[in-house]
Amino acid sequence: MKTVTIPVAFMPLVDAAPLIVAQEMGFAETEGISFDLIAAPSWSSVRDMLAFGRVDAAHLLSPVPVAMALGLGGVSTPISAVSVLSANGNVLGVGRALQERLQANGYGFDFADPEAAATALAAVQDRPITFGVPFPFSMHVELLRYWCAGTDLAKTGIEIRTVPPPLMANALAAGDVDAFCVGEPWGSVAVDQGAGALILPGNAIWGFAPEKVLAVRTDWAETEPDLLGRLMRAVWRAGRWLGQPESRSAASIILSRPDYLDVPSEVIDRALSGHLTVTSSGDQRRVDHFVEFHAGAASFPWRSQAKWIAHQLCQSHDTDGCASLDGPAAVFRSDLHRRHLDATGADLPGASEKLEGAIRHATAVASMKGGISLLPDAFFDGRIFDPSDIE
Amino acid sequence: MSAKLTIVIVEEDRDRAIAIVDALKDSVECDVFVISEASGLGRKIATHAPDIVLIDIDNPTRDMLEELTLASGPLERPVAMFVSGAAGGLAQAAIEAGVSAYVVDGLSPARIKPVMDTAIARFRMVRQMRSELAETRRALEERKVIDRAKGLLMKAKGIDEDAAYALLRKTAMNQGRRVADVAEALVTASGLLG
Repeated sequence: MKTVTIPVAFMPLVDAAPLIVAQEMGFAETEGISFDLIAAPSWSSVRDMLAFGRVDAAHLLSPVPVAMALGLGGVSTPISAVSVLSANGNVLGVGRALQERLQANGYGFDFADPEAAATALAAVQDRPITFGVPFPFSMHVELLRYWCAGTDLAKTGIEIRTVPPPLMANALAAGDVDAFCVGEPWGSVAVDQGAGALILPGNAIWGFAPEKVLAVRTDWAETEPDLLGRLMRAVWRAGRWLGQPESRSAASIILSRPDYLDVPSEVIDRALSGHLTVTSSGDQRRVDHFVEFHAGAASFPWRSQAKWIAHQLCQSHDTDGCASLDGPAAVFRSDLHRRHLDATGADLPGASEKLEGAIRHATAVASMKGGISLLPDAFFDGRIFDPSDIE
Repeated sequence: MSAKLTIVIVEEDRDRAIAIVDALKDSVECDVFVISEASGLGRKIATHAPDIVLIDIDNPTRDMLEELTLASGPLERPVAMFVSGAAGGLAQAAIEAGVSAYVVDGLSPARIKPVMDTAIARFRMVRQMRSELAETRRALEERKVIDRAKGLLMKAKGIDEDAAYALLRKTAMNQGRRVADVAEALVTASGLLG
């Protein structure tokens, strides 16, 4: 089989791991493909490279293809999210000013309780807290809005501003933002630079949030079904490898290379192990399922996840696309995921939608080959999102 | 509508910004403002109420401009990314030249085109100069490493410079690698052993 090279764009983040590992550990080669991995300077650039054909596949924020289908943002090329690359993996943090006020009030930085964190924040600032996020269409924004709406922060409100993560420390120092929500390694980098402290992992707000997706142009998916299958299988096997605890140190070392994340492997290992350092004085916290690449059928693009994202986007943006959420939800291609991963022996869910937030403990559900276990996906406020119950 | 266009350029390199401003002023009737600081970018842009915002595609602060495309964004009229609406050829040329443009809602293509033509030409020139500079720098670096590797071989094997270079080249050919890579490996290994 002749090796086919597929250009792939990614942002240098821990959750680009399935793409990087697929290339570096030979999972792509096994499928007769090779990735030309292009590190992008910004999310707009990733989106444009994909939309305008500079690359054929991309590591993308899960809300981006949904937003594009809703007609939001600058570009409208139809994009398909064929797999979820990672679930969870974001952190919320505060800058030094808020950190000091929280500490003065005796806040313990438990890195676990979203309601207590919101109450503590609302008690130290009487104007809206400004959060920096990497992109206007991101799980970061949606988690922040959901969290704010259901806690004491709803009274003062929050403001959300886009700040590229490498510039977050500057933005905190300049007072442009008070706090942030970013993907790893940027939270840990901020802590190590003494720019602030971490207050919550993203999965304290939503237990199993689709964070990044493997995205392709929908017309490419249609004209290149064979390549797409090879791409998806290579990436899925990389995710399975990443899910094994013994892969962790090798994965941290590969990701730390200058071509990829260019940060020390120890910093990357914090996210992969779920052992985070939350303050610059070295306080450690442990988080289960901090980031998942494989367990709990993490790769499966549930239509109900996309519908939750679309529903959230429509709460804050007024667009004609919001008339029906079925179209935007269909950019999560559970159909293609099932079709192309069949050959891997992967056991996948039989349904394409589920109640989001209903799983409190690891639960077996019906699947194509018997039964698979889904991981807890509860929202912090205990609400359940029923995808069939949206007007 | 006033005849003059207002254009904002987001660029931190002063010389580059000046070159682009001059080129624009020569060819289009416009007011041009340069913003070099990422801090508070959206608000700074909004104070100029621009018709067109130009930024290098590789600039990481581009994501901050994405907010301008939202109805809830800081501008009175939302902007669209130029590539999404414009004629295919010009959009493609813009991407290749490395310029991304955000254009305010309702601006006529006839008014956009001269600005884009100028910006594309100027960005292309800058990009070419930048890649030539990087190439020169890389070639110099490689030259240095190859010279060091030659020196190491001459000393270790008691051979002259031509023989040392021939050995490097032969090894590179046998291994299907570049001479510079073989030299680099030799210098690294010698550093470890030394």
